[in-house]
Amino acid sequence: MRAGLALVMFGLMLALPAAAADYAALPGGSFTSVLPADGKAAAAQVAPFRLRTEPVTNAEFLAFVKTHPEWRRDRVARILADQRYLSHWADAETLGSEALPRQPVTRVSWFAAQAYCESEGARLPSWYEWEYAAAADATRRDARSDPAWRENLLAWYSRPSNAPLPDVGGAPNAYGVRDITQPVWEWVDDFNALLVASDSRDQNDPDVLKFCGAGAVSLQEKENYAVLMRIAMLSALKAADTTNNMGFRCAKPE
Amino acid sequence: MKRLLSLFAMLLLLGSARAATPLPGDSVYNLKVQLTDQDGRQQTLADRRGRPQLVTMFYTSCQMVCPMIIDSLRLTRNALDPATRAQIDLLAVSMDPARDDVATLKSYAERRKLDPRIWTLARAEPAQVRQLSGVLGLQYRQLPDGEFNHSSELILLDADGRIAARTARIGKLDPEFVEAIRKLVAQPHG
Repeated sequence: MRAGLALVMFGLMLALPAAAADYAALPGGSFTSVLPADGKAAAAQVAPFRLRTEPVTNAEFLAFVKTHPEWRRDRVARILADQRYLSHWADAETLGSEALPRQPVTRVSWFAAQAYCESEGARLPSWYEWEYAAAADATRRDARSDPAWRENLLAWYSRPSNAPLPDVGGAPNAYGVRDITQPVWEWVDDFNALLVASDSRDQNDPDVLKFCGAGAVSLQEKENYAVLMRIAMLSALKAADTTNNMGFRCAKPE
Repeated sequence: MKRLLSLFAMLLLLGSARAATPLPGDSVYNLKVQLTDQDGRQQTLADRRGRPQLVTMFYTSCQMVCPMIIDSLRLTRNALDPATRAQIDLLAVSMDPARDDVATLKSYAERRKLDPRIWTLARAEPAQVRQLSGVLGLQYRQLPDGEFNHSSELILLDADGRIAARTARIGKLDPEFVEAIRKLVAQPHG
């Protein structure tokens, strides 16, 4: 009987690996984004939401792949994840020495990140939610005017891209959210909608620079180029792309 | 009668053989999307497998570009010879599922005289609409006033859901795109 109970408990633990993920409550509100809501100057309105305190790790993503085999790297449809998807893992169901359990998972496509969050009863955060959460430092909710905050964001660029990623669990910011600007970049739900030009008829110009330029004209806070570079990076990606440094975390409504 | 029956059986077999063939990895039908059309009928995106499709994204309250998107779809279809025309279906998915419910899609289709045998106007849940834009390579962003900034393209899917051609020329005919449709349908397994 006791063994049976233990088995049930164990089954529950297996079935709900995601229940362990911690979410912090963020109050939201009016937020001055680098990306004006109307393409000109309007502040973004962020509804109260909850955000995963840590990025999704290799161990967590492995548990997901085991219960959702359509996301194994040897089974996933190519249109949903490119060739490099999870290619640093030892095999389809083994992490290995290049992917430690507590390191943030990278080389995941936007589709895979969305599917993971859905399995956790969550979704990807919007760009505004991510930017809002990343505006905090250890003590202040909006530290963006402090040069030290910008330095911290820029420090990402000085980290060699071939250096192993540190484990998740860095110092929390004022919301209790960890690792949001380091060590990985993160997918957001609307990554492919950030630089849509105001006049839709300008779209799909084969001249990519011109296209980016069209969006960039309306970007605010130009001194905040560390954040702007994230927008440029996200906008350059396709939903099936994976990169060495792109991970994700999930969000939930309040 | 017997011959008709065996023909029917053969068609059935052919149909199931097609359905049983695994999807190519680069097919947009690998994405699970639940569509609801202007008559409230449910189908998955992958249910459209088997015939080439002209696909776009739009929203009904859009004043400026979207009417032109629908016009361009119509223009493109009308430029095809009748035999080719009969082989393709049209699908326009709303990027504004909050406002474009079934009744709104229906009245839009009636207002624009879009024959339901040819046109499917569809909505899906917001997360799935975003995913669909991801596989189709389309972009949209809602503005505070409820309007959208969005890319405007027509996309040709082959019978297995692979993107065969696309055009961003809206408001007038793109002869290359028309030619791409003609070629695709002319292929033995187009």
